[in-house]
Amino acid sequence: MSEGAQPAIAPYAFPVSRAARIMFALLAIYFVYALTQLDVSLERVQQGIAHAGRFLGRMIPPNFARSELLWNGLAESLQIAVLASALGIVLALPFGLLGARNLMPAWVSWPARLVVVLARSFHPVVVAILFVKAVGFGALAGILALTVASIGFIGKLFTEAIEEVSIKEVEAVRATGAPFTSVLAFGVLPQVFSRFIGFATYQLDSNLRNSTMVGIVGAGGIGGTLFAAFQRFDYDFVSAILISIIALIMAGELLATAVRRIFIDNATLRQLFRGGGPAQHRPLDDD
Amino acid sequence: MSDALIIRRLSKAYVPGKPVLHDIDVEIAAEGITTIIGPSGTGKSTLIRCINRLVEPSAGEILFDGQDLARASGVALRHARRRIGMVFQEYNLVERLTVMENLLCGRLGYVSPWRAWRRKFPPIDIERALALLDTVGLAGFANRRADALSGGQRQRVGIARAVMQQPRLMLADEPTSSLDPKTSVEIMELLAGVARSHRIPVLINMHDVALARRFADRILGMSGGRIVFDGPPQRLSDTTLKQIYGGEDWLH
Repeated sequence: MSEGAQPAIAPYAFPVSRAARIMFALLAIYFVYALTQLDVSLERVQQGIAHAGRFLGRMIPPNFARSELLWNGLAESLQIAVLASALGIVLALPFGLLGARNLMPAWVSWPARLVVVLARSFHPVVVAILFVKAVGFGALAGILALTVASIGFIGKLFTEAIEEVSIKEVEAVRATGAPFTSVLAFGVLPQVFSRFIGFATYQLDSNLRNSTMVGIVGAGGIGGTLFAAFQRFDYDFVSAILISIIALIMAGELLATAVRRIFIDNATLRQLFRGGGPAQHRPLDDD
Repeated sequence: MSDALIIRRLSKAYVPGKPVLHDIDVEIAAEGITTIIGPSGTGKSTLIRCINRLVEPSAGEILFDGQDLARASGVALRHARRRIGMVFQEYNLVERLTVMENLLCGRLGYVSPWRAWRRKFPPIDIERALALLDTVGLAGFANRRADALSGGQRQRVGIARAVMQQPRLMLADEPTSSLDPKTSVEIMELLAGVARSHRIPVLINMHDVALARRFADRILGMSGGRIVFDGPPQRLSDTTLKQIYGGEDWLH
């Protein structure tokens, strides 16, 4: 544009595309349509709030009288979570490795990726329903369901971590004449190890939460007890269960932190129990 | 004592029709330091990397130890590689492993994967690694993680890793380009020491002409993917340097 010429329209620094405007309009229309379809009204929300107040009132004080039932459920949930995490991590390792396209030929990586994608495509509760049908009610179904979920999650993240390793380090190990599996052990795995510990502890955390839920469909753990308490309107027992689940998740979080400090920061047992800050950072650490 | 390295009509084109190396013919004696100088992008790295096949040559022969490295594959290639030590410009240490583990990487070609996974290296390898750390001036650093070292220290580990292979040929791809002048000289002295004590040929890519002159027994000058100078450092004149790098303002 030549200097001094008046622009016909005020200039826009942030032009809005017409396609984006149409998309927003369609979204708004669908939102209103869905509201009318599902019989959502302000009146019902108001009624619901009053109802929720009564329901919350009955949750206090929590009733820990049936402690044996509570403990058994919690213990079973914990066992499901730990077993499923261990199995899932062990099984996710090979699939994650085989799926890495920078190390494996396409005919290996695609089938491995397919397995991982399938393992991730359903919510753990849906998978739990399938396993309850297959192996019957109880903890085994829950363990299998969460194992599948773990393979899906860790397998995917592990593959991505391997695909991001520094190829220079791998090249140097390869140049020493190391066989492929030794290159993996010395050139690849050290680079992804700390991230892998992160994935594993996150998955344990996620499995702990999910293991309190698969019980609702009969796959073992505290979820079954919780669901039964809801149906019998034992709201004081419900709140006792919810508080226990929160405690369980927090304990899991502490455990995860400890695992990370041991494996990633190389903390000693004494440092772990004394507390104190995280291990000192190396001056040249660039990550 | 080692063998000579004979390269015949070696060519490499990353993109078909645009060769980076044009029919390289060169024979490297069984001992001594040969440095390759030349402008960036002229194929020095490619030449070095073709020898241990980190880069696949397009055509030609690389004869070493009674074998054509250009055609080796599978186990034969691995066995050839374990006799060829390589030092990299950016050290290429496995950052998250300790110095000792990085040194033992040099033994991976000799140790079975089963032992490697369990970190069960023969005691003699560990003794040699400790002795080597002493030689390169890093005694007491065995359990440091590689990412806690300075550049010069890393390159010492890089050299020690290559020596751990008990190589019969040593390659170095711009080993001093990331280092300060004093450390560069120390690293070159280490490489010269390896060439002498192991009596093996050492082939080094360099940008620093003065350093190349000081340490080399023989200098190869490359330009445009061809060797345009081949001779002892004394014969490397300003005229030749002009021919290799082009221009002359930088000489004075």
